[in-house]
Amino acid sequence: MAIDAGDTAFILICTAMVMLMTPGVGLFYGGLVRRKNIIAMITLAFIAFSVVSLQWILFGYSLAFGTDIGGFIGGLDYLGLAGVGMDGEGIPDLLFMVFQLVFAGLTLAIVTSGAAERVKVSSFIVFGLLWTTLVYDPLAHWAWGGGWAASLGALDFAGGTVVHISSGFGALALALVIGRRVGFGTYTMEPHNIPLTLIGGALLWFGWFGFNAGSALAANGLAASAFVVTNTSAAAGAIAWLVASWYRGKPSSLGMISGAIAGLVAITPAAGFVDPVSAIAIGGIAGLLCYGAMLFRLSRGLDESLDAWAVHGMGGLWGAIATGIFAVAAVGGVDGLLYGNVDQFVIQVVDAGAALVYAFGMTYALAWIVDRTLGLRVSEDEEYVGLDISQHGESAHA
Amino acid sequence: MMMKMIIAVIRPEKFEQVEKALAEKGFPAMTVSEVRGRGEQKGIALRSRGGPVTVDLIPKIRIEMAVSATFAETVVQIIRDAARTGRIGDGKVFVLPLDMAAKVRTEEVSI
Repeated sequence: MAIDAGDTAFILICTAMVMLMTPGVGLFYGGLVRRKNIIAMITLAFIAFSVVSLQWILFGYSLAFGTDIGGFIGGLDYLGLAGVGMDGEGIPDLLFMVFQLVFAGLTLAIVTSGAAERVKVSSFIVFGLLWTTLVYDPLAHWAWGGGWAASLGALDFAGGTVVHISSGFGALALALVIGRRVGFGTYTMEPHNIPLTLIGGALLWFGWFGFNAGSALAANGLAASAFVVTNTSAAAGAIAWLVASWYRGKPSSLGMISGAIAGLVAITPAAGFVDPVSAIAIGGIAGLLCYGAMLFRLSRGLDESLDAWAVHGMGGLWGAIATGIFAVAAVGGVDGLLYGNVDQFVIQVVDAGAALVYAFGMTYALAWIVDRTLGLRVSEDEEYVGLDISQHGESAHA
Repeated sequence: MMMKMIIAVIRPEKFEQVEKALAEKGFPAMTVSEVRGRGEQKGIALRSRGGPVTVDLIPKIRIEMAVSATFAETVVQIIRDAARTGRIGDGKVFVLPLDMAAKVRTEEVSI
């Protein structure tokens, strides 16, 4: 198959849209932290993107999409993008490579949630490089690079396991290793700029169309279908969390945007396999489930305070399972539990469970090693003054 | 009856606890401002890889309260208990004589 100009144009645009999600995550998180850490929070997202951009070109893409080794990891055949050129099937190989690159960068940016307001930039760079190599690359290979999950028939359209379960449970593991912020639970740690978080959320919602529709890898009907279910699920998630927070007090804007993200996360693995009505159920349940997960986290006193675990981890887990429930052959060629295919449901549960255990365990180990060798955390004084000044020598508001 | 003006400069992260403790003991009235300042230790010096970084003036919260002289000591103690972390930078409480407090809405004047 030759290069298709329409497909290529579409995926180029989708790639750029997904890139914008990374600073979107930075703004989202930046508004949720205290004033003294906003620059550091946004910068971590850019750093994550830059680190992964280089890693992906040098060897990350090869580890994810190189010739399969034992179902676990790709070989080194694409080292330094050897053999990845301007030709390809439908779209240039280089374009597929960079479309996957922006996913990988975004994923590490989500993980920064687990270290908010207390991580050393230098250690984060080392941790991030290890994480994307040893957690993200294998998971991407399992789902999309010909690994065991793909061989098993696990469905993950745009990265429920690869992007969201990995980053969400990874963030939780990182938060457990690095420890709570000083004063967590006693000091006031209110979000200092909710409008900024809403802007970040808007960029995420927008970019997600590139993320999910682009995962069709062609400008076709499936891309349109993925676009529609993505928006539908986001809207259902937004309203579900809004109403749940209303029931407990006020219709929180932060709850609304968190719910939208929960809906976007949950529809991600299912985007190429379900119809719009199912997307309402997937997004709505995601909004309520992730809200519940957040309340659970608070009740346990876990300082994973930007809620990558509650929203991406639990939302991704639900989405992976929901794909096995709501998939319909008319959309993606595979039926789920609702249409009598029990096997697919079981495969989804196995896939999601394996991704969860691997991401959590491996992240915990990597964070522990970096913490024991380099120290993951800034000193107490640096944390008190804020990372903007202590890490970057800058202030957001002069 | 003599009145006192209490001015407390405390850590911002401790404000909520101080406010709550004061309200619980029956002292809800206060004026609050965000300020920056330093005490005897002159800000915070950090050992950064890019060279030394000194934060000269540290963000603080200033609470001003006009109270009857009989309660001044009690209020000071409530603030000290609620604002204390035990580390440098917990702040300071000042008590000043107050000549008069006039309510704007009514003709009420306290001396």
